[in-house]
Amino acid sequence: MLIKRPTDIKSSDITDEQAYVRRREFIRLAGGAALAAAAGPLLASCSEDPMSALAVTGEQAPLTSVRPRVVATDEKLNSFEDITSYNNFFEFGTGKNDPRRYAGRMKTSPWKVKVDGHCAKPAEYLLEDLIKPFELEERIYRLRCVEAWSMVIPWVGIPLSSILKRAEPTAKATFVEFTTLLRPSEMPGQNQPALTWPYVEGLRMDEAMHPLTIAAVGLYGKTLMNQNGAPIRLVVPWKYGFKSIKSIVRIRFVDRMPRTAWSEANPSEYGFYSNVNPEVDHPRWSQRTERRIPGLFQTHPTSMFNGYGDQVASMYAGMDLKKFY
Amino acid sequence: MIRPGKAVLFVFALVPAVWLAAGLYRGELGANPAETLQLETGIWALRFLLASLAITPLRRLTGWNSVIQVRRMLGLFAFFYATLHLLTYIVLDRFFDFSRVGEDIIKRPYITAGMFAFVLMIPLALTSTKGWIRRLGRKWQVLHRLVYISAAAACLHFLWKVKVMIGEPVYYAGILAVLLGFRVVWRFRQGARLRRAAAESGPHKPYPAN
Repeated sequence: MLIKRPTDIKSSDITDEQAYVRRREFIRLAGGAALAAAAGPLLASCSEDPMSALAVTGEQAPLTSVRPRVVATDEKLNSFEDITSYNNFFEFGTGKNDPRRYAGRMKTSPWKVKVDGHCAKPAEYLLEDLIKPFELEERIYRLRCVEAWSMVIPWVGIPLSSILKRAEPTAKATFVEFTTLLRPSEMPGQNQPALTWPYVEGLRMDEAMHPLTIAAVGLYGKTLMNQNGAPIRLVVPWKYGFKSIKSIVRIRFVDRMPRTAWSEANPSEYGFYSNVNPEVDHPRWSQRTERRIPGLFQTHPTSMFNGYGDQVASMYAGMDLKKFY
Repeated sequence: MIRPGKAVLFVFALVPAVWLAAGLYRGELGANPAETLQLETGIWALRFLLASLAITPLRRLTGWNSVIQVRRMLGLFAFFYATLHLLTYIVLDRFFDFSRVGEDIIKRPYITAGMFAFVLMIPLALTSTKGWIRRLGRKWQVLHRLVYISAAAACLHFLWKVKVMIGEPVYYAGILAVLLGFRVVWRFRQGARLRRAAAESGPHKPYPAN
């Protein structure tokens, strides 16, 4: 049940040291090897308050046989508490704490994902069946929000390309459109006109097939919390966070650039591409620097393509990224 | 003499600042403490500003005249929280990079509006003492009408900052509209009354020149 890690990586390299020590302490206090074993993978994720994390043990199942650190960074990980308490998920409200407060109402089981559009094998899958054929991988990515803050997050997921290839997209498929669950009874924010619901996002076919693009189902070795987009979400690390659509129910191959929630709400501020780019300001604020959560100062320089330029810049060769923001 | 009502208000008005300072010290301001500090100081500045603007309507509607005694304190607390709010931006967001601050003021309307609202509050805070009230006489009242513009700019600042215009920024703008609306209506009625009085007393006869 534990995430298997190569033996040369001590867990203290991954969790920050203080948390590691506290975790030992907690396990000792909790007593009983059984509890320690059960809570082990969870506690690996918890650096702030062991008790608050314990409250989720019942819901967040550990993910087994995950290939560790397929893509990693030596930057310090954000704590499980940071990642699960500070979210933009307007389906649950516009406040940063709203998703944690209200997302528990969303039922994520059973969960179906429809894959259709221009492809040879359209299908509707139960989540388990969608994921089962593929090996889970841990991907430690930087996440840069358009609001000029950032985190480092240990996702667990599969390359999106695995899911897409299985559907056998046809030559007409030039873009992929993703749709979030629409269920206002469980997603109170959908009763407000903040955005046009359901949330829709899109990628160009090459972006969607890129090896860095993943469909994430987990975080810190456990299934996703609802506020992070359970049970399945997109993660595109070189684009602003809002491109990484949450709680996906539909993946559709299309032949034209899909409308996307934010570019529809405010076309002059949010483009289709939305690649992280320190040279292109948001019309209302600068994107040159960011605040690395939980830091106080917004002094961390923002990198082109969020630091993934070596892998992705070639896809945009010759494009004017000021125009296609 | 310090009136008990004012002392109580003073203590209450400091609660948000103390709560934020304690939260910062104890690491309880959430994953992004800088944002919490900025948002809370800004919102409290706006609340105190609106509270100070509510005093006159409150007096006229209820006849509770002594409430005027706390108006200056409300205004000064608005200035206090606005100063803290500005500092969160200069220190936490820009870390004293004044060329970027200047660039923001010129290029970003929500920052222009916020800075304008703050700058207008400076002369009001400076002339809030008894000495200045006496020295300026009738001009003091005229000067202090700048608060209407400052409050409007503060509301715009908030509206322009958020990604979608729903919730709090809209409520505060609505409250300001009501508070300023009272004044417009009263001014209008006062004008009508004066005109009526003028009409009843017949055409105005100039004093004969000697």
